[in-house]
Amino acid sequence: MANVLVFTELHDGHVKPVTLEILGKLAGQSADVAVIGDIGADQVAELAKFGAQNVHKIKGSNLDQYSPEGYSNALADFIKSKSYDYVFAGATSMGKDFLPRLAAKFEAGLASDVTNFTMDGGTFAGTRPFFSGKCLAKVEITGPKPHFITIRPNALGMTASPTAGAGAAADAAGNAGEIRAMIKEIVKAASSKTDLTEANIIVTGGRAMKNAENFQILEKMADVLGATVGASRAAVDSGFAPHSMQVGQTGKTVAPSLYIACGVSGAIQHLAGMRTSKVIVAINTDPDAPIFTRADYGIVGDLFQIVPIMTEEFKKLLGK
Amino acid sequence: MNIFVCVKQVPDTETKITPSSDKSFIETASIKWIMNPYDEFAVEQALLIKQANSAANVTVVRVGSVKDTEALRTAMAMGADEAVLVEAADNLDSYSIAKALKGAIEKTGKKPDIILAGKQAIDDDALQVPQILAEMLGLPSVSVIVGFELSGSTVKVKREIEGGALEVYEVTTPVVLAANKGLNTPRYASLPGIMKAKKKPMAQHSLADVGVTDADRRVKYSNFQLPPEKPAGKKFDATDAAKQQAIVAEVVGLLRTEAKII
Repeated sequence: MANVLVFTELHDGHVKPVTLEILGKLAGQSADVAVIGDIGADQVAELAKFGAQNVHKIKGSNLDQYSPEGYSNALADFIKSKSYDYVFAGATSMGKDFLPRLAAKFEAGLASDVTNFTMDGGTFAGTRPFFSGKCLAKVEITGPKPHFITIRPNALGMTASPTAGAGAAADAAGNAGEIRAMIKEIVKAASSKTDLTEANIIVTGGRAMKNAENFQILEKMADVLGATVGASRAAVDSGFAPHSMQVGQTGKTVAPSLYIACGVSGAIQHLAGMRTSKVIVAINTDPDAPIFTRADYGIVGDLFQIVPIMTEEFKKLLGK
Repeated sequence: MNIFVCVKQVPDTETKITPSSDKSFIETASIKWIMNPYDEFAVEQALLIKQANSAANVTVVRVGSVKDTEALRTAMAMGADEAVLVEAADNLDSYSIAKALKGAIEKTGKKPDIILAGKQAIDDDALQVPQILAEMLGLPSVSVIVGFELSGSTVKVKREIEGGALEVYEVTTPVVLAANKGLNTPRYASLPGIMKAKKKPMAQHSLADVGVTDADRRVKYSNFQLPPEKPAGKKFDATDAAKQQAIVAEVVGLLRTEAKII
């Protein structure tokens, strides 16, 4: 059995779902959770339900706001005061940013963006995609402990019947140390929707959208589904959508439950970025479009006719 | 001002990837190699800084196999002054690469003011090297940057996070910055640029020269394989407008009854 620490970030006071996915998968190990700042009793209970033994609330000056140096300094100090074999975090914007710094402080290895793993005999062995998922490889970590791992959101899935932990919450003193790169301002996103990398449902538009205004019809369907709208590289390069919406090898790699591709031909680099979606629906006028080779449900037809009908059908189905 | 740009050479995005027969990596014989797309934004940013600061020099550094040196030659054709190549296997782990980059930068004898790199290489997609390098050099880092302003020794950068929101950082050089698409529009190498690049200096080192050994490997990759193929899905012809309503209703219904996803 390994001693494991799972770092969780908070989003509007809530732990990110990926934290619960990780905890569920760690059943049989001794898992603690660390959070920087405060966390409510309801959230501690949620972590305990998924197996957290201790919930460490690391608090200190200059830790109210994220900074790569402050967070890695404070967590390094905390980890040194304990004896963990493994430190897990979600491969979120924040996790991907500071976990490499944190691991380097221990001259330790980091397996990033892992999509599945085992802990046989208390030893980590994982699977992770290469080339945006065009192939997969086994990943193992050697060298000094603790070993660090980031897990891709939505990849493990939520454990249906988790083993509960004690969920004992306590404060720990955090030392942010010297912070040179400091956030001065945060510019909020135009949309408050879940990021593509964490979205459960994604509606993507391709070159066939013709212009930025036409993305409105995708937004309407996304609103009904609680989905996030994405775009292919062709659509982004044509100026229909910002790069933050791009799905594919030079954009975001996504793993939603449902992916609806509208007017996306399915270039190899796009397929690489969305192939791990659980169910794929494709709408395209070209019956030979490569996207149909990946689609569970393919509809050959004009997206401008199909999408509005589909939006109404989803409304009926969901009683909206 | 000394600017370093770390670049990687990766298979072109349209490459069909095939695992090698021993599954230790991929077949590399017939691959078209390109500069990692995110590194192009890093090179371009370095050249923009150089344009505004006549005393600035730009060194591109790459760790990888010598098969060809497309990435370094491209960077020099775009306008970088010199290049350093550390010869290594193409499937090195991030820790070894970062340590090799550190060694190569130190070997130039130039103290870095700004180190740029792409936010990730599109081969292993690890998103680790710039941050590890920063930690090893004791420097601050900001990753996934889409905006850059330099005034004196103060750098203001915008980092893109979830949903396209931005964190605006202020940091004093020296600093390590990892570029995202959207930072700038990389220039194409001009013909005179390509000719000039052939005469620009390129230093070459072994991993041992820059202080990296097998013991520096922290992450082992093995058993490379293609992802499982999905069974063929259902395809509906909805080109006839009269049938669209029924077909779409059927597919939406299947998402609930068959796929159980909604």
